[in-house]
Amino acid sequence: MARSVWKGPFVDMTLIKKAQKVSDSGRKEVIKTWSRRSTILPQFVGLTFGVYNGTKFIPVSVSENMVGHKLGEFSPTRIFKGHTTADKKIVTKNVGLKNE
Amino acid sequence: MARISGVNIPTNKKINIALTYIFGIGPTRASNICVKASIDQSKRVNQLNEDEVTKIREIIESNYAVEGDLRREISMNIKRLTDLGCYRGLRHRKRLPVRGQRTHTNARTRKGKAVAIAGKKKVTKG
Repeated sequence: MARSVWKGPFVDMTLIKKAQKVSDSGRKEVIKTWSRRSTILPQFVGLTFGVYNGTKFIPVSVSENMVGHKLGEFSPTRIFKGHTTADKKIVTKNVGLKNE
Repeated sequence: MARISGVNIPTNKKINIALTYIFGIGPTRASNICVKASIDQSKRVNQLNEDEVTKIREIIESNYAVEGDLRREISMNIKRLTDLGCYRGLRHRKRLPVRGQRTHTNARTRKGKAVAIAGKKKVTKG
């Protein structure tokens, strides 16, 4: 179910402060954050966040149509590179037999 | 022959059923349209006169996105997500369930028909 409108978007206060600081200083730097749960606000547009995915900070440069999404949506936590193909498996099996 | 919003020509059926042949109109919308146009829902399409058909056409045109427009809207929404590079977009790209369903089993609607893994040995007893 969607969040009630009267509550407004959820953003961690620390993140708002950090973003404010960076945009005030005008420097372009990656704002490291663990707050994947925070909604992207209109004032974040143009900033770059390093969103933690459990191992790394994934750089996310916020564009206009990202507003309303959560930061975590742009920093995937799982890597799936596909299953090994069937013929590859057979090859490795044969190699194993030879070594024996 | 009744041609409403494009190529849909359902005849010989009651209107509230016939209208659901249009992409974007289900039973609820169909009956709502009938009420708005003040047409008896048990009437069949071939019993409608021209005025009633044009009335239905107008109501659909002014109120609902239907057929091609709706399809375009849906694909645009999906395209927006895939271009953004957000999680839902990634799931669309990989043609996997988008709303957090399990993929260990099931998810066949998105994944398509199951493909047997070649070279996988079946478990035999003994």
